[in-house]
Amino acid sequence: MQASIKVSRDPAVQYLLRLGDSCLIHAQRLAEWCGHAPILEEDIALSNMALDLVGQARAVLTRAGELEGAGHDEDQLAFLRDERDYLNLTLVELPRGDFAVTVLRNFAMATLLKLLWQRLQQSSDSELAAIAGKAVKEARYHQQHAGDWLLRLGDGTEESAKRASAALELLWPYVAEMFESDAVDEHAASTGLGPRWADLREEWMAEVLPVLTEAKLKAPADRAFRSTGKTGRHSEHMGYILAEMQHLQRAFPGGVW
Amino acid sequence: MNALSDLIETTDERLARAWAVLDTVLDPEVPVVSVRELGILRDVRVNADGLTVVLTPTYSGCPATELIERSVVDALVAAGLGPVQVLMQRAPAWTTDWITAEGRRKLRAYGIAPPGPADASQGVTMRFVPRVKATALACPRCESLNTERLAAFGSTACKATWRCLACGEPFEHFKPI
Repeated sequence: MQASIKVSRDPAVQYLLRLGDSCLIHAQRLAEWCGHAPILEEDIALSNMALDLVGQARAVLTRAGELEGAGHDEDQLAFLRDERDYLNLTLVELPRGDFAVTVLRNFAMATLLKLLWQRLQQSSDSELAAIAGKAVKEARYHQQHAGDWLLRLGDGTEESAKRASAALELLWPYVAEMFESDAVDEHAASTGLGPRWADLREEWMAEVLPVLTEAKLKAPADRAFRSTGKTGRHSEHMGYILAEMQHLQRAFPGGVW
Repeated sequence: MNALSDLIETTDERLARAWAVLDTVLDPEVPVVSVRELGILRDVRVNADGLTVVLTPTYSGCPATELIERSVVDALVAAGLGPVQVLMQRAPAWTTDWITAEGRRKLRAYGIAPPGPADASQGVTMRFVPRVKATALACPRCESLNTERLAAFGSTACKATWRCLACGEPFEHFKPI
């Protein structure tokens, strides 16, 4: 059994882990649809988007490992960290739910990631800027695809509208975490590494709310509830994801295809 | 009688040979176009003890990236041009605009509609309603513009799935990014 690694509390490393982990866990949930999506074309679409996100996560985790300087590569960071050292948004670790949940979450995440990658192209870290230059094109395509589906579901049949509405009720409270700022964000903003996620809120709302309206959906009222995945405190679902994702590397350290 | 200089390959000759070898390295997913024609191969440099090849990956998660890297090294080493160092260069990001005219011709002949200019889809405000209508795409088989998109994604990260309503054939579209 491979022992866990501990990761630096350096704010620049943490900033990158939030980004890379959110991509990775989002990808893991999307990939669960492989072989299960409602139609073949969507099965392929979800797998393709997962693949893009895994690629983005690999690049960001590799860079996080380099900045950390402790010799951790992308695989060690992905497979040998414990739950508390994973810094993804709680939103992406929630169970994949039905197709409406998946579509809404994908739309929310693709919009956030597109806005983030746009800003990160100007990062003071040239490697991160280069990763962003590629990823922004991919996120944009994901957003278009997920947005088209959200309209179709929300403004579709009685059943699809009911499910889209239920998905919104379920996921909306977890959106607030995206725009919570703390010392990690402040450090990134002051060093030019990347934007405070909170600074993206207005634009995110401006892109998401009109689509909800067109889809005949209504965003629920804001609540005091705040999820805390970005700080390492996760929902009860996170441990199961890691168990599935990490099992092989933990059982067979360094195993490769 | 040959002078010694005729027997020793100059840097220019070595580079020319390297480019010629690399012209034969095909994309594993679309094995009719070379990595050079796809714009993945960015540069070749001669250094003290071998070659440095600069590659720019296409999609972040493209599983062919590592295979391409291996194919490039293998081809150059087999031609006696090793050792080879591969430099993965992310910036500037790969764009389908780098696919050469010859590469586009080969894609079309292979049954894949080549990408239009990438700029058309970048940087503009995204529109969901009315849905953005995809620009007319010529069928790579019969050249009819009476085509429609079946799916936004396809068999590889770089392609979408279309069909021709004139000849009835499905085909793939290399997405412009």
